[in-house]
Amino acid sequence: MSVITIERKVLEKNDEVAEQNREVFSRLGLFVINLVSSPGSGKTSLLEKTLAHLRDKVRVAVIEGDVQTDLDAQRVAVLGVPVVQIVTRGGCHLEASLVRDALRSIDLSKAQLLIIENVGNLVCPANYDLGEAMKVVVASTTEGDDKPLKYPAMFRNASVLIINKIDLLPYVNCNLESLKHNALSVNPALHIMETSCTTNKGIAEWCDWLQHNILRKNEI
Amino acid sequence: MHELSIAQNILEIVGEYLPSDRRGLVKTVKLKLGEQAGIVPDSLEFCFNSLVEGTNLRGAVLEIERVPFVVRCNSCGRSSISESGLMMCSVCDGADVVLISGNELQVTAIEILDEEKIEA
Repeated sequence: MSVITIERKVLEKNDEVAEQNREVFSRLGLFVINLVSSPGSGKTSLLEKTLAHLRDKVRVAVIEGDVQTDLDAQRVAVLGVPVVQIVTRGGCHLEASLVRDALRSIDLSKAQLLIIENVGNLVCPANYDLGEAMKVVVASTTEGDDKPLKYPAMFRNASVLIINKIDLLPYVNCNLESLKHNALSVNPALHIMETSCTTNKGIAEWCDWLQHNILRKNEI
Repeated sequence: MHELSIAQNILEIVGEYLPSDRRGLVKTVKLKLGEQAGIVPDSLEFCFNSLVEGTNLRGAVLEIERVPFVVRCNSCGRSSISESGLMMCSVCDGADVVLISGNELQVTAIEILDEEKIEA
């Protein structure tokens, strides 16, 4: 019996395409975030609030990922933002090649910020680099405070945690300090922000943070 | 949940090393899988077996080596296994730790039967 000894990353093809995407984004001077969360945490609502707040300040483009339908792209298109929908037809996450293909259907020449809304899933999207500058994970108070412990990979691979539905804290079984503590115990470097898409609490701070990062990118 | 596409990626890598008329000789594909790589070994094996069935890789076995999630503590200097995937030292509970292993997802070897034995 003979043995071929190799050392190959299983996801190397995805990583290669992600690097190519990253070069494209860099050439365009785009700041790109990969928005991840479980289904129903409020990613699309947060996106709507963000787009409304940044209107006339930042030129944004959006890539929407969903298992089925273009409902989210419709919600975003209403706001007058360039958007393309990726329908994975069962696929539980976006891959770099899907984003690369989607880039052909969207005009990014004027955009400063690209938001990729991933498929709602706290497991698989953690493994797939899309070429983004960073992953932003959204966790809502209605999901409880133990999500980071149950799905550590996603919180470990993200740079920012947005705790959404902060207005519902008095009504749900979620201890905000525990949620933060749990998140920091899987990723001590996580930057944490709190938002509510109902009361708009924290939306301005989140948008300021985005603008700050866009500016910083342009300075580099 | 994405084990099927992972299994496909593994077979693509194997295919690169062997012309299709020799793929029937593949006995084992060895994989290093970190405890925190987010992959369920049983599901991955199931997907791998389903994919090779009916192809020229039929009979190939996926051998998974689990790699523990290990962190090294900058406070006490010790390396320890963190079963829960927390970035925390299991020796002194320090939080200033560096990840050493546990995210691996790599094909490390392909074992191939000798052609003569097959013919005999």
